[in-house]
Amino acid sequence: MASAPPTETHPIQDATVLFAGDSGDGMQLTGLKFTMATAQAQNDLATLPDYPAEIRAPAGTTYGISGYQLHFGSEEVRTPGDAVDLLVAMNAAALKVHLRRVRKGGTIIANADSFEKRDLELAELDSNPLTDGALDDYNVIEVPLTSITRDALSDTDLSTKQKDRSKNMFALGLTLWMYSKPMEPAMKWLDQKFAERPAIRDANRHVLKKGYHYGETVEAFAVRYDVKPAPMDTGTYRAIRGAEALALGLVAASVKSGLSLFYGSYPITPASDILHELSKHKNFGVMTFQAEDEIAAVGSAVGASFGGNLGVCATSGPGIALKTETIGLAVMTELPLVVIDMQRGGPSTGLPTKPEQGDLMQAIYGRNGEAPLPVLAPGSPGDCFETAYEACRIATKYMTPVMLLADGYLGSGAEAWRIPDPDTLPPFDVNFATKPTDRTMVGTNGDRKFLPYVRNDDTLARPWAKPGTPELEHRIGGLEKEDRTGDVSYHPENHERMVKLRAEKIQRVQQEIPPTEVLGDADGELLVVGWGSTQGAIEEAIERAVDGGKPVAGLHLRHLFPFPPDLGDILDRFETILVPELNNGQLVRLLRDEFLQPCVPLNKIQGQPFTAKEIEQKIDALLG
Amino acid sequence: MADNETKNDTPNGTKKPALPLQQLDADATKKPSGPPSGTKKPDGPPGAKKPAGPPGSKKPAGPPSGTKSKKPTMPPGFSGDGGGDGLTRKDFQSDQDVRWCPGCGDYAILSTVQRLLPDLGVPKEDIVFISGIGCSGRFPYYMDTYGMHSIHGRAPSFATGLKSSRPELDVWVVTGDGDALSIGGNHLIHAMRRNVDLQMLLFNNEIYGLTKGQYSPTSERGKITKSSPYGSIDAPFNPVALALGADATFVARTMDRDPKHMKAMMRRAHDHRGMSFLEIYQNCNIFNDGAFFEFTEKETKPERALFLDDGKPLTYAGGDRGLRLDGLTLQAVDLTTGRWSADDCVVYDETNPELAGLIGRLFWQEDLPRPFGVIYREERPTYEELLHTQIDGITERKGEGDLDALLHAGDTWTIQ
Ligand code: SF4
Repeated sequence: MASAPPTETHPIQDATVLFAGDSGDGMQLTGLKFTMATAQAQNDLATLPDYPAEIRAPAGTTYGISGYQLHFGSEEVRTPGDAVDLLVAMNAAALKVHLRRVRKGGTIIANADSFEKRDLELAELDSNPLTDGALDDYNVIEVPLTSITRDALSDTDLSTKQKDRSKNMFALGLTLWMYSKPMEPAMKWLDQKFAERPAIRDANRHVLKKGYHYGETVEAFAVRYDVKPAPMDTGTYRAIRGAEALALGLVAASVKSGLSLFYGSYPITPASDILHELSKHKNFGVMTFQAEDEIAAVGSAVGASFGGNLGVCATSGPGIALKTETIGLAVMTELPLVVIDMQRGGPSTGLPTKPEQGDLMQAIYGRNGEAPLPVLAPGSPGDCFETAYEACRIATKYMTPVMLLADGYLGSGAEAWRIPDPDTLPPFDVNFATKPTDRTMVGTNGDRKFLPYVRNDDTLARPWAKPGTPELEHRIGGLEKEDRTGDVSYHPENHERMVKLRAEKIQRVQQEIPPTEVLGDADGELLVVGWGSTQGAIEEAIERAVDGGKPVAGLHLRHLFPFPPDLGDILDRFETILVPELNNGQLVRLLRDEFLQPCVPLNKIQGQPFTAKEIEQKIDALLG
Repeated sequence: MADNETKNDTPNGTKKPALPLQQLDADATKKPSGPPSGTKKPDGPPGAKKPAGPPGSKKPAGPPSGTKSKKPTMPPGFSGDGGGDGLTRKDFQSDQDVRWCPGCGDYAILSTVQRLLPDLGVPKEDIVFISGIGCSGRFPYYMDTYGMHSIHGRAPSFATGLKSSRPELDVWVVTGDGDALSIGGNHLIHAMRRNVDLQMLLFNNEIYGLTKGQYSPTSERGKITKSSPYGSIDAPFNPVALALGADATFVARTMDRDPKHMKAMMRRAHDHRGMSFLEIYQNCNIFNDGAFFEFTEKETKPERALFLDDGKPLTYAGGDRGLRLDGLTLQAVDLTTGRWSADDCVVYDETNPELAGLIGRLFWQEDLPRPFGVIYREERPTYEELLHTQIDGITERKGEGDLDALLHAGDTWTIQ
C-alpha cells in the first residue's frame, strides 16, 4: 500500500456513528466497544442498539440486520442522534436498511466484499448501489473488509470462518482511528475476554490494529475527526444501559432499605436483560427466581413481599397482561410490589425488539375493578436508576404495587452516567409491625386480634406484619377487606369506603413528588409535555427552539399516576400544550381528562424513537 | 397405619345416598365400566345425575348445630387436642365463621389440620397457609395463623416466593382439583420439579363447587353436570400419577372420611423435606355427593381401598385380598383360597419409584383397589436450600456486596 499524505484532523462538536451488519457480524459488540472508547475520551454520549427479533436470520438479508448507533459529543448529548454521520455497512443489506438514516454528505464505509451478485440478490437490490449512482450524495469509502481480514490472518491456523469473525474488529479499529479515539479500551477488553483463548485474542488484536493503521495508510481517508471532552459536571462517570441502571437501582433500594430483593422473572424481550444483570449480584443477597411463567413470576414476588422482602418483577406488555390479576391482588392485599414494564410495540406479540409507549393506559387502568396504583417512568438510561429506587421506596412506604414504564430503547440504550454516592440517595426506611400496639389490636386479653388494615394517618398505608411475628397472625386475600379488621366483607358501604381509601392512598403519593421543573421559556406560549424515553429528543427539540428565540417550554413527567400536584397550574400558563408520544395518544388523553386542557398530540408509532427534528417541526407548525 | 374402620356416620349427620352404595355392595370390586369409554362410577351417583341445587335444597344438609359455631360437628375418629408448645386446636381456630356447606368434607380436613398443628411443635407465628380459589380457597381464613387467600390456581407461586425468601417458615398450600389441576396446572408441576419445601393439600372433590357444579379435571368421563348435561367427554387426571410424573418428592393420598389416616398423612407430609403432595378425597355433598363413597364407606371400603404400609405386603379387604406382580402387571389375588398368601404379594417400598409408578397409576383398573397412604417419597435438596446455598457461596467468594463498588464497576472516568 502506498503511503498516504499526512491526514488532517478536524475538530467537531459531535458525531453520530452507526455500525450495521448481519446479526452474526458482532455489530452490537463493535458499537459497545466504540462507546467505551468515546466514554473514556470523556465525551457525552447516547446509544441506540437496533436489533432484529430473529436471533440469526439468514445472512445477507435485510431482516437480519443488526445496528448500533452512537452519538457522542463535546456538548450535552441527549439522543442517539437524528442523522448519521458515519455508517459502517458490513454488507449490501445493511446499507439498504440504514441508508435513509445517513445525512446527505455523510460518510459510508462499505464492506466491498459483500456487494457481489449474491449479496445484492439477498438484499433484494436490482443493481449495485456502490456503482449505480445511488450514493452520489455521500462520501463512500469502499473497504474490502473480509479479504483484508483474511489476509491479515493468513499465517494463523484459524479457519476461514474464525477469521471472518474478526472483521468487526477491523471496522472498529478503522472507526476509532477516524475519530481519533484510543484503541486501549478495546484491547483491554479483548485481553480479558479471550484470556483463555490466546489464538483468538491475538487474531482480534491484530485485526483491530490493522483497521486502525489502515486509515493512516489509505488515501481515501483524507481527514480524521476529533471530538473534545464534554464539559460535564464533576464526578465519576460510567456508560450505563437502562437495563443495568434499573438493576442497580433495585439493588441500591435493597441495600438502603435493608430489605432482601426478590426478583421473579420469566424470560421476555426486552426485560430479560434486567434478570441477567440482577442474577450476577447474588452477593447482595439478591434472590432471582426464573419462574415457569409470567404469572408465577409476579406471584412469587408478591409471596416474597408478604414475607417482608422487596418483591420485584419485570416484563413487557404481553407479560403485564398475564400479571394483571396478580397485580390486582397486590392492590387488594396492599402489599408492596414493583412491576417494571419494558414496553414494546403491541398489541399482542407486536414488535418485540422495538420501543413503544403503548402501555400507559394499561398500567394505569388495565385491571379489573377500581385498582389504582402509582405509575412512574424514567426518561433516560441513567434515570432508570433513580426511578427504580423511587418505585421501591413508594411501594413500601405506601404498601402498594408500583408500575415502572421503561422500554427497550431505554433498556439497551446507554448514556454517560454520573455515579451517585450511595449516601446521598433519598432515605429509605421500612417499618415493619413487630409487636402488638394499642392502635393495631382489638379485643380483650385472651381474644386480642391484630388489625392488618388500620392505616397510617399520613400515607394511609396499612401495617406490614410479616409471618414469623408473634401475635400478629392475620389473613389477607383477594376478597374485599373490611376496613381496619381486614376480615372478608361483602358489606356495600364498606366496599365503597375501601375503594375510596385505596384511591386516596395512591393520590397521597403526590406528597413524594418534587416540584416540576420547566425547561426553556417558562413564560412562553407552547409547552411540550413528555414522559418516558422520549425525553432526550423532546429536550433537544426544545433547546433548539429556544435557541432560535421561540417561546417554547417543556416538562417531562416521571410520575404519570398520580400526576405531580403542581402540574395543573403549569399547564394553565400555556396557550398550547404539545404531547409527543410513541403511541396513538395516551398521555394526551389523560391530561385532557384530568385538566380539561386542549392538548395537541404528536404521535409516532413506528417502533422507532422520535428524532428531535420531528418534534421541532411540530413545534414550528404549532407556532405558525 | 390407618384405621380402616370408619363408622358409617358421615359428618354432620349427612345421610349417605343409598343408590351407589347398594350397587357397590352388590358388586364391590368390579367397576361398572372401563375407563376409556364409559364412566368410572356406577351409573348415576346422585350427585352426578342431577346437579344439585344450592345448599339447603338437599335433604341431609342440616347446618352443623348452628352456623355460628366455630366447631363444626366432626366425624368420629378424632383424637383429642394436641399439646406441643402448650398450643391446642383452639389456638388455630380463627374468629371467622366457617362458611362451607353443612356436611362438606372440608370441615373434617380443617379440623384435622387444627388438631395436628399443636403436635408439630412449630411456633404458630411461623405457620402460613396459602390457598387459591374455590371452596378450598377459604381455608386460610379459618386458621388463626398467617395466611393468604390468593388467586385462582396460583397459590404455589406465592408459596414458592414466600418459602424461598423465608425458608424458616412452615408453608402450607391448600388447593382443589380445579384450582391445582386446571387453571394452576403449570404452577403445580413446577413447584414439584423445584422441590420447594411446602405441604400441598389437594382437596379433590371431582367437581367445581364454588361455581356451582361444573365437571372438573378429575371428573370421570361421562359425568353429567351443569356444564356437561350430555356427559363430560374429558379424560380425568389421576393427581397422584401427575405428581409422580412431575417428580414430586412426596406423594400421598388420603380421604376426608378417615380422619385418623388423614392426620397421619398430614404429619408425614409435614415431616418430609421438600414438596409434599397430599391428595385428599373430599366429599362435596352438594354437587358431587358420594364421589368417593366406594372408597370411604364401610360397605365397600375394604374391597376398594388399599392402605399402603411401607415394608408390608400389599393386602386389603382385611387381609383377604392382595396384589401380586404378574410380570410387570399388578394382579389382585384372593388370599383365602390357599393358592396365594401374603408372602406372594408385593412388599411395598415407598422409596421405590418403579413401584410408585405401578401403584400410583392404579386408577381405572376395574378389579384393582385404589391406593391410599404414602405412594412415594425421596430425599432431594429443596429449592430454597439450593437458592441460599448458592447465595451464601457466592457471597463468601466475592465478599458481601458493596453498593459503592457495584455502582463503580466496569470502566469509569472522572471529571475533575
Ligand atoms: S365443596 Fe361442595 S359441599 Fe363443600 S363447600 Fe364447596 S360446594 Fe359446598
